[in-house]
Amino acid sequence: MPKTFLQGGVHPPECKLSKEKAIVTPLLPDRVLIPLSQHIGSPAIACVGVGDQVKTGQVIAKSSGFVSANIHASISGTVSKIGDFSDVTGYCKSALMIEREGDEWIEEIDHTETLIEDLNKSKTEIISKITHAGIVGLGGATFPSHVKLTIPPGKKCKMLLINGAECEPYLTCDHRLMLEKTEEILIGIRLLMIALEVSHAKIGIEENKADAISQFNRLIKKHPGISVVSMKTKYPQGGEKQLIKALTGQEVSPGEIPLDIGVIPFNIGTVYAIYEAVQKNKPLIERTVTLTGKKMGTPSNFRVRIGTILSDILEQAGGIPENTGKVILGGPMMGKAANSLNIPITKGCSGILFVEETESFRKPAEPCIRCAKCVSSCPMGLEPYLLGKLSEMGQFEKAAHEGITLCIECGSCSFICPANRPLLDWIRVGKNAVLKQARVSKK
Amino acid sequence: MEKLYTVSASPHIHSGISTPQIMRDVLLALLPALCISVWFFGFGALYVTAISVASCMFFEYFITRYILHKPLSLRDGSAAVTGLLLAFNVPTNLPEWIIITGALVSIGIAKMSFGGLGNNPFNPALVGRVFLLISFPVQMTTWPIPKGIFTPLIDAATGPTPLALVKENIKNGLPIQDIMANLPSLSDLLLGNRGGSMGEIAALALLAGFAYLLIRKVITWHIPVCILGTLGVFTGILWMSHPDLYPDPIFHLLSGGAILGAVFMATDYTTSPMSLKGKVAYGIGIGLITGLIRVYGAYPEGMSFAILIMNAFVPLINVYMKPARFGKEVKHG
Repeated sequence: MPKTFLQGGVHPPECKLSKEKAIVTPLLPDRVLIPLSQHIGSPAIACVGVGDQVKTGQVIAKSSGFVSANIHASISGTVSKIGDFSDVTGYCKSALMIEREGDEWIEEIDHTETLIEDLNKSKTEIISKITHAGIVGLGGATFPSHVKLTIPPGKKCKMLLINGAECEPYLTCDHRLMLEKTEEILIGIRLLMIALEVSHAKIGIEENKADAISQFNRLIKKHPGISVVSMKTKYPQGGEKQLIKALTGQEVSPGEIPLDIGVIPFNIGTVYAIYEAVQKNKPLIERTVTLTGKKMGTPSNFRVRIGTILSDILEQAGGIPENTGKVILGGPMMGKAANSLNIPITKGCSGILFVEETESFRKPAEPCIRCAKCVSSCPMGLEPYLLGKLSEMGQFEKAAHEGITLCIECGSCSFICPANRPLLDWIRVGKNAVLKQARVSKK
Repeated sequence: MEKLYTVSASPHIHSGISTPQIMRDVLLALLPALCISVWFFGFGALYVTAISVASCMFFEYFITRYILHKPLSLRDGSAAVTGLLLAFNVPTNLPEWIIITGALVSIGIAKMSFGGLGNNPFNPALVGRVFLLISFPVQMTTWPIPKGIFTPLIDAATGPTPLALVKENIKNGLPIQDIMANLPSLSDLLLGNRGGSMGEIAALALLAGFAYLLIRKVITWHIPVCILGTLGVFTGILWMSHPDLYPDPIFHLLSGGAILGAVFMATDYTTSPMSLKGKVAYGIGIGLITGLIRVYGAYPEGMSFAILIMNAFVPLINVYMKPARFGKEVKHG
């Protein structure tokens, strides 16, 4: 029986248009725009200046605290600008632009495709390499990986969980990585098992990626302690709490982290980056990105250098489809809409989705008919209709009492609502107000 | 200038489910039972339905347009559903003006005076029905005898419903075996060959509608199954303790408005609880009250009252029966 989380969830059309398309490495971009904050935590601090020559893989901004991450040059060339650029959310963020000259890498990086399996590494060596490589969660949360690997005294990790759910419609970057880099991912998992001192790891993959499941099942035999779990296809199974529930049957309560129940989850893309960092000394300078959309000529999966500007790579993907009305960074359920193509691809960006003009607008909201579909689709057991109403009326204290901060913003409620009500919009308003209040009262 | 794209918050896709689509599904699910009614009661059934649906839609249009000055809401289909359900709940020989009065009460008082779709605490069609039952008890309980599709529009032949027969005869002290012998057979109850309100007669057709609603995910099984299960268990216990005094549970489940009420009336979105736990409690409540009214009350049928009584508890159920939140209880400081 395939496993899944029990409560809520929806089944959006899968639309995995690019699942048959092997990962392509596009031509090197002539410039990259690298934001200094591509992770949760404090922004990195630039350690190069305008006019400096940098090589691919060189640290250009240093981690500024424990919860922060290094940032590396993803191409070689000259730093041409350091300043504020508007990012996908419309806020001004510091970033650094590099104009490319040639393709020069720093020496210790092995950027060939040769498979390396060197498991004779100590826990500290692995963690320090990961820290140096600036690896963050590539599923979208962008939480620095070395922080997750540093287990506070008194806690113990019992099992490593690998997130291969990829439950967002359209996205196929993890699926392709699982098919094409299976060995590398398994070695990455072994390295993480050493770093966390655990003897078991579970890879959770949704049933709609049967080829990846059988591929892993074929290759895990020589990797003791790793097992593959087939999961029922259901959104939002890739959500951390839902994945843990599906794989272990346990629930991470509010205020707890996965480690409190003895597990740590990592995304497939992150595991591959960890393999590259530890075995090949390659920092996080590129990631797999799905470029897709119903009207896209050839939906594809690209191995893109971090900081590549969207408009620079589009030509190689067949250009922007005609009548595109909306450009989404990430999947259609949780991705962010970008207002222009002039934005860089960052560490947390798993896909670019082009939506036609006609599908870019929401239908007008109608009266709530109290059908309770939002309640039964909420994976957190919340009542979106009520939270939305309370936020709309400004009753944030009541909303907090009803558990508004539990919301993982998966969007299932807005997706299912027959009256097209903007439930999640209002819940975000309420959630932010409640969190702000909590921050103020803490001070 | 470079092109700017549309920006909005996630999610960027929608399931495509809409209120009109749901209402259309409900209308479709009621269609088999409507056909059976026409088959047994003749075109009078269609005539009643047409008047009821048309007047419900007219009142909704009139009130939104000229009294509330709100955007027209006919498109959502809910007025048509109320009209059809009201027609299902009355005898087919009811005079036109009584039906129109019922429609005015359903739409005007029970629905629009609370703010329209989604705001009414009580099921509009049932409020209309109960208003008519109390105001015009004679007309509302004069049931036509099923004589087939060519029954003339005005037909004098009437007879009691099976439930009314049982109640009346038990009161007169007849042994239950004799009463049951005079009742429609099991197959008549299933197929609809019996007296009663227009839409309640054919158990099988209504169950087919139930199956359709489940497949289309318009409703969940919780409310209907809990109502019928509770009614069955309640009347079953009585029957097992005194088989000579009480009719068997199968008869209870198939007669009267049990299935119509459980599947189509009690599951009305607006007037039923939001959580699954709540739906179960609500269903059990309706089943129990129906059983109590049927066995001990003055009316032979209790479904309408049971649903309306439980409607009143829905806000309370929504406050006290929340879905289980993910993870352990949150501590509030």
